Amino acid sequence: MIAIIDYGVGNLFSLKCSIASVGHEAVVTGDRSVIEQADKILLPGVGAFRDAAAKLKATGMEDVVKEQAEKGKPLLGICLGMQMLFDKSYEYGEHQGLGLIPGNVKPISEVIDPSLKIPHIGWNALHFCRKSPLYRYVKEGEYVYFVHSYYAADCEESVTALAEYGALLTAGVERENVYGCQYHPEKSGETGLKILQAFCEL
Amino acid sequence: MITKRIIPCLDVRDGRVVKGKNFLGLQDVDSPVELAKFYSSAGADELVFYDITASAEGRTIFTDILKETASQVFIPLTVGGGINSVEDFDRVLKCGADKVSVNSGAIRNPSLVGEAARLYGDQCVVLSVDIKRVDGVFRVFARGGRENTGMEAIEWIRRCTGEGAGEIVVNSIDTDGVKQGFDLEMLEAVCDAVSVPVIASGGAGCIEHFITLFQALPRVDAGLAASIFHFGEVRIRDLKEEMKAHGIPARI
Repeated sequence: MIAIIDYGVGNLFSLKCSIASVGHEAVVTGDRSVIEQADKILLPGVGAFRDAAAKLKATGMEDVVKEQAEKGKPLLGICLGMQMLFDKSYEYGEHQGLGLIPGNVKPISEVIDPSLKIPHIGWNALHFCRKSPLYRYVKEGEYVYFVHSYYAADCEESVTALAEYGALLTAGVERENVYGCQYHPEKSGETGLKILQAFCEL
Repeated sequence: MITKRIIPCLDVRDGRVVKGKNFLGLQDVDSPVELAKFYSSAGADELVFYDITASAEGRTIFTDILKETASQVFIPLTVGGGINSVEDFDRVLKCGADKVSVNSGAIRNPSLVGEAARLYGDQCVVLSVDIKRVDGVFRVFARGGRENTGMEAIEWIRRCTGEGAGEIVVNSIDTDGVKQGFDLEMLEAVCDAVSVPVIASGGAGCIEHFITLFQALPRVDAGLAASIFHFGEVRIRDLKEEMKAHGIPARI
């Protein structure tokens, strides 16, 4: 069973359905004992980093997620959920992340061409920079759906996939049992489902 | 490289798709769920569900349909029609919508865009505007294009993006249904005014019109259409192949 962490942020309905469609069971939960029993953890997230991180802490989910990940349970952070895996975010100030993957979250406006629109929204191609079990069913250049204005920086040794948008932006990361994707696999059609399936099979 | 998005729009009334007749190969041509699945596998980059129901009962059917679709179709889903309050945002987001499109609701209640953007994020709020030239000026029309609000369209769009609208759907009443191509002049004026994604709507009659759109206005992010897709006049796969052949980034 896969635990989708419910900490009052975003719409988890599609994510739950996408896991069901690849033949696995997912439970949307904020219950420590359910998360402890789960085989894997999905950390979703939309909106602003500060609010989401505060809610994760206030609901007690920060401790559980961290503790379970440190015990070796596979964890996948999605979109803002991926950004929270890092040490720090510089979205409107400076905020602490979970510190599970070394790196910082910075505005994409710092690296991309000023003529490009922000957020980076739409379908973009994945370019792999190293092998990851998450992408075992996906080929180089397949498209996934992005919506974000911040990106993971200073994390070269953990990057598994990049997307080109006026600069090469971090699309996927991996550090031991901790995985992250900046895009939304639950909104990325067949490609996204293949990535979720690979995570469920870890 | 980011691709140009192709977005079919489904008008839903009492749980059925309007304008869905004669559709190729589908058993249940009026079923929003079936049509959404069909478009998703055909390569649509996103779907818009537009609720044109008037009754409360029809609204419940709509949210049920939405839920069923979101549980089977895994591409971004935008919902519009009858969005007048943050409660309406909440209602459709809970049923699996990713973005919510506001039109007349934002005209009646100008604080709606800002309130929704603060609650759900800019990326969630799509401003849809029906625009028509009146004495050479772009005017905003309300109530499905029936009522001239007197507001100047570019000013309205600027104001809403300032409040947090994350995308703009520009629907030209002047070109809508005419099938002679998108309203390039109107779209260019909007692209000049805002830095958020712009979605072109109204006027597509064939593949060429999409090619012209993206070649003439590379700042337009997406093309939206309804009947030409529903009637099979334009097949999404063919459209995407043609875009690629013309060097326009497309997801195939």
